[in-house]
Amino acid sequence: MKPGAQPNAPGLRRDALRERFALFGLSLPALLLVTVIMIVPIGWLFALSFVADDGSLGLVHYHRLIAQPAYGRIFLATFEISAMTTVICVVLGYPLAYLLSQLPRPLANLCMIGVLMPFWTSILVRTYAWLVLLQRQGLVNTIGIKFGLWQEPLGLVYNLNGTLIGMVHIMLPFLVLPLYGSMRAIDRDYLRAAANLGASPIRAFWLVFFPLSGPGLLAGATIVFILCLGFYVTPAVLGGGKVIMVANAVANDIELFFNWGATSALGVVLLLLTILTLALASRLVRLDSLAGGHRP
Amino acid sequence: MVRGASLPIVLRQITKTYGGVCALDHVDLDIASGEFLTLLGPSGSGKTTLLMVLAGFTRPDFGSLKFGDTEVIRLAPHLRDVGMVFQNYALFPHMDVAANIGFPLRLRGVGKIEARRRIEAALELVQLGGYGARRVDQLSGGQRQRVALARAVVFEPRILLMDEPLSALDKQLRERMQIELRRLHETLGMTTVYVTHDQREALTVSDRVAVVKAGRIIQLDTPRRLYERPANRFIAEFVGESTILPVQWSNGACICAGQALKLPDGPVPEGRCALLLRPERLRLVDATTPAATFNILRGTVTSLIYQGESILLQARLAQGQDVALRAIAGGAGTQRLPQPGEAIAVGVAPEDTVLIADADGGE
Repeated sequence: MKPGAQPNAPGLRRDALRERFALFGLSLPALLLVTVIMIVPIGWLFALSFVADDGSLGLVHYHRLIAQPAYGRIFLATFEISAMTTVICVVLGYPLAYLLSQLPRPLANLCMIGVLMPFWTSILVRTYAWLVLLQRQGLVNTIGIKFGLWQEPLGLVYNLNGTLIGMVHIMLPFLVLPLYGSMRAIDRDYLRAAANLGASPIRAFWLVFFPLSGPGLLAGATIVFILCLGFYVTPAVLGGGKVIMVANAVANDIELFFNWGATSALGVVLLLLTILTLALASRLVRLDSLAGGHRP
Repeated sequence: MVRGASLPIVLRQITKTYGGVCALDHVDLDIASGEFLTLLGPSGSGKTTLLMVLAGFTRPDFGSLKFGDTEVIRLAPHLRDVGMVFQNYALFPHMDVAANIGFPLRLRGVGKIEARRRIEAALELVQLGGYGARRVDQLSGGQRQRVALARAVVFEPRILLMDEPLSALDKQLRERMQIELRRLHETLGMTTVYVTHDQREALTVSDRVAVVKAGRIIQLDTPRRLYERPANRFIAEFVGESTILPVQWSNGACICAGQALKLPDGPVPEGRCALLLRPERLRLVDATTPAATFNILRGTVTSLIYQGESILLQARLAQGQDVALRAIAGGAGTQRLPQPGEAIAVGVAPEDTVLIADADGGE
């Protein structure tokens, strides 16, 4: 062979190209689907929000969002409820995930089925189930009064309490799953090393285990928070009309006024705020891992 | 860092069963203060379990463990004050090198300035001066190993445990680190218990080696004694290269391959025996060599393998057994090596004619 010759180069290049196209081809149906059912409607929504009621283009709907303080309050309430739900999920979910991560695997898998069980029922069914449990004559109040824990029926539903209970219940698995995964990935030898170097179990937990589970916790909390922002069914049913989140406001606007432009503007703002939150969170996680995580 | 204090370790009757399987079977062991002792054994022999008992991570069924005069068998791991190097190093990924090494100091309430001084001294000790600000994932395997070592000794424990600390390194680095561990031990002087399945590593680093099998220590000896006078067939095969030939006793003479062996002075093992030959202790002799100075085995060359520093020659004896012989390549200058098919005579000096118990030990 001549020096400098590149035997079979064109053929090998073609093979590499063909392989890449084959992979692309496999994902093509999904890409098309996403385009049709997501990009197109969202684009349309986006376009609608700039069309005024008289058909002219403008920012009229956005002006109204700013001018009417009610909308600001709704956005604030949405973020508050999402934040509360996230905090409660973290408080409940972290110890649960920790327990699961310390159990032997077969047992942990069994318990995981319990955690995931709610996923198998529709949100609507679960939400109405809570209604049955939490109402004035419901199971919780009946038992509580019967055992003398409280005298008057508690207002557990048709308010913020009910909304939070329902949302936490639905969101908990979203926190526990990534958290459990990241806790399982923590090598037991880290804790052994901490103990060997003189750390009591409690200090080993705070100095080693907790920081190492941080990225999983942040990922889980972000998912919960983002999903909460778009909640509709639970506040609608368990909030009894007293809890208005953005999605509820969207539904009201459509049902009452049939004003697509105004509602689209609401949707666009929520979408932008959600994307902003996600961007902030992912920045936090990435910076965290770049800096080698928590520094004592 | 100065040569610190060290403690002797006394183990008595340490026993641990896992679901009916005996991982440790009434282990008695005395480790002298400042000694470098290696637990050597195949995987599943119980050597790591024994180390975990020393560190406090495995709770035995019963037994006594003393560091110095203090009984520690029920003491929690974080109160034992022993340093340990883990097989995977277990360096905390969320801390930089200095924070990792400073971790035990921080737990002991050592002041910031003093801690910084000791961290730097520990880094110097393992030849990583100035690496304090590095992230753990920026280090190579060998550097991680050194950091783990620095972290294990920075708080000047009187006992140091090491669980196969070099197994993740490549061969060249491993051999360099063995020498360095030896040097460190001479500098620091702490009682060291080292676990490995690599027999050569055990011979290189240790003052004494305990061979562990099926949860029991079947031989405890210096590297030299272990290699030259293994207690039984299992150890002879596990430590070093070996050829083991059957022998018979006849009228007080030990017969192997049809001839009476000249044996070294001293007692012979009781019970059934076998002859242990180390390939590098055998030499090729010609027909004129007087049979009085060597035991001579005759056979035919079956293969000749060039291995760089040495040549491995395999021969089949007239009685059918295979014998391996190792010659330094180019060592004896231009010495002509026999080719496969050629008849040869293999000589072995009486002091290298080792009789061993033909039993496995253990079980």
